[in-house]
Amino acid sequence: MRDVAVVGFAQRQMPEFDGSPTCVELLVPVFKELYEQTGWTRRDVGFWCSGSSDYLAGRSFSFVQAVDAIGVIPPVNESHVEMDLAWAMYEAWIKIQTGEVDTALVYAFGKSSAGVLRRTLALQLDPYTMTPLWPDTVSLAGLQARAGIDAGVWDERAMAEVANRSLTDAEKNEYAIRKGGSSVDELLARPMYADPLRKHDCSPVTDGVAALVLAAGDKAREVRERPAWLTGISHYVDPMGMGVRDLTRSPSAQRAGAALDLGGVEVAELHAPFSHQELILRKELGLGDDVLINPSGGALASNPMFSGGGIRVGEAATRIWSGQADKTLAHATSGPALQQNLVCTLSGSIEGKNN
Amino acid sequence: MSRTLQAPVTVAFDYTRSTGPVVGRFLTGLRDGVVVGGRTSAGQVVVPPLEFDPVTHEATTEFVEVSSVGTVTSWTWVPEPVKGQPFDRPFAYALVTLDGADVPLLHALDVASPAEVTTGMRVRVRWATDRVGHINDIAGFEPLAPGEAEVTAPAATSEAPVTGVVTTVSLDYNYAASPEESLFYRGLNEGRIMGQRCPTCLKVYVPPRSACPTDGTPTEEEVELSQTGTITTFCIVNVPFLGQKITPPYVSAYVLLDGADIAVLHLILGVPADEVRMGMRVKAVWKPKDEWAYSLENIDHFAPTGDPDAEFDTYKQHL
Repeated sequence: MRDVAVVGFAQRQMPEFDGSPTCVELLVPVFKELYEQTGWTRRDVGFWCSGSSDYLAGRSFSFVQAVDAIGVIPPVNESHVEMDLAWAMYEAWIKIQTGEVDTALVYAFGKSSAGVLRRTLALQLDPYTMTPLWPDTVSLAGLQARAGIDAGVWDERAMAEVANRSLTDAEKNEYAIRKGGSSVDELLARPMYADPLRKHDCSPVTDGVAALVLAAGDKAREVRERPAWLTGISHYVDPMGMGVRDLTRSPSAQRAGAALDLGGVEVAELHAPFSHQELILRKELGLGDDVLINPSGGALASNPMFSGGGIRVGEAATRIWSGQADKTLAHATSGPALQQNLVCTLSGSIEGKNN
Repeated sequence: MSRTLQAPVTVAFDYTRSTGPVVGRFLTGLRDGVVVGGRTSAGQVVVPPLEFDPVTHEATTEFVEVSSVGTVTSWTWVPEPVKGQPFDRPFAYALVTLDGADVPLLHALDVASPAEVTTGMRVRVRWATDRVGHINDIAGFEPLAPGEAEVTAPAATSEAPVTGVVTTVSLDYNYAASPEESLFYRGLNEGRIMGQRCPTCLKVYVPPRSACPTDGTPTEEEVELSQTGTITTFCIVNVPFLGQKITPPYVSAYVLLDGADIAVLHLILGVPADEVRMGMRVKAVWKPKDEWAYSLENIDHFAPTGDPDAEFDTYKQHL
């Protein structure tokens, strides 16, 4: 296996983007920021991969338009996934492993505010028995939250503790669109929205883009004194149906974590769009109280579709670059109620790596 | 004023899908007023039936009729229903394990407030009046009071097995043009053709784009273009097609406006189709001003200026 590190990260997040569904206007400055971080030009990028979906904002072939932000004459080596940035990163990581390229820039964009996000996402469900009922994202998460409450696996107070910590930490994150913690009691005093969920249990609808830069071996060392080495990466998926899995668990997250060496993780950035999902993930990944969870504020503070998972990787990498941590974990999710999960570990050194 | 031009857009499509034998059996059951589950290799009865066994991966072949009465195993309140959901008033989604099944089915539960739902409550299927073999043949679940029984569905109107299903998908968007497209369409609304110049390669794009596709640099400098230009290439349309607005034959041409580096596609009139040629000089002919909108259709067509043809060398870089 080749040693591959995350060496660049940039993001933009906002409640409503007054611009095109292709988000080219946001991607251009994000790429510029990454060229400054790496000292590269676009010609130094061996592979590009984006994550987006046309359903989000109703523009066909938006990912084809988005390559304008790269500048593609002469042509570039490029791909696309209708998945979160974290899976675009996975494709790039494999591309680098093949030896075909040494570097990659992966990006994702989404203008969720153009439609009704929680409704649009019903299109990712079973088209025969689920989509015609238009079960929205919040409702599916609500069913999961209730299942855990009824089973005594978590309670509303534990959910409020997650929200309060996230919104408090988000105050230090300039990109967070919802921030400002108060107290668990105050959060619990707020009205129910989609019983058993209060609004602060649900990530806010967020527009935005994010991008990561990967580089192998010496290419990574040229960019950063302390590259964030991807020492492990793994992803699994559970069945889609809400009836055929234990909603209080996430076996795919557990399995993704079990494939890696999670010992010594100091910081974990978990992609939990609903408060109770962080509780599930902490348990499935075996993260103890000594692990700092979501110092960025996490997805409850802002959750741009297609970037939200990759941003976790960027936040986890940033803490390696700065020397704040020696080993961090990033997680991304996709599908209803934590159906699909990717886990990776990032490290300041490549000793004892687990690929 | 918003930075961008915006308009509502609805994207709709009727998805027509074949069901296969397993989902078809389930939907045929609903059409006939019966809920059908499938038995897994572990002996569990799953509703809706799984097409393939999760453990052995064999196709499901054993079907079991279950009750239309069951127990709520989880629920969530829907305070603000969205379009297409089973009810247009607040309701609950519930996971309901029907008597005779081992795992729950997702559907709507028709109650007026969250105070009327509890996990463990007994509910029954409310059948839709017209059943066609679709998940919406179940209109929803309703609370079952002690002593009440399941509701027998009225007889089905067909006996043929269900093999296909149509699902209407319609998505409403507030669609925004990019700032550069907005500049272009606002210009057209004022009788002007606006482009932008790339600061790197100095090419003028019309319509302007958010970034120069060659260089990836934003094209910020606004350029108002001439209303005259040169036909660089063209096509005589002889084939009729759905939605065609003009009777064939007619000419679609790339018109390179003077000062632009990208040609725009438009209609050529005012000259017999067989006389249109590369290099022909043409000018924009606008519709009456009271018909203008934020649209390239404000320009009705391009017509010959009568000037001598442009030399090939003047446009050969733009083919």
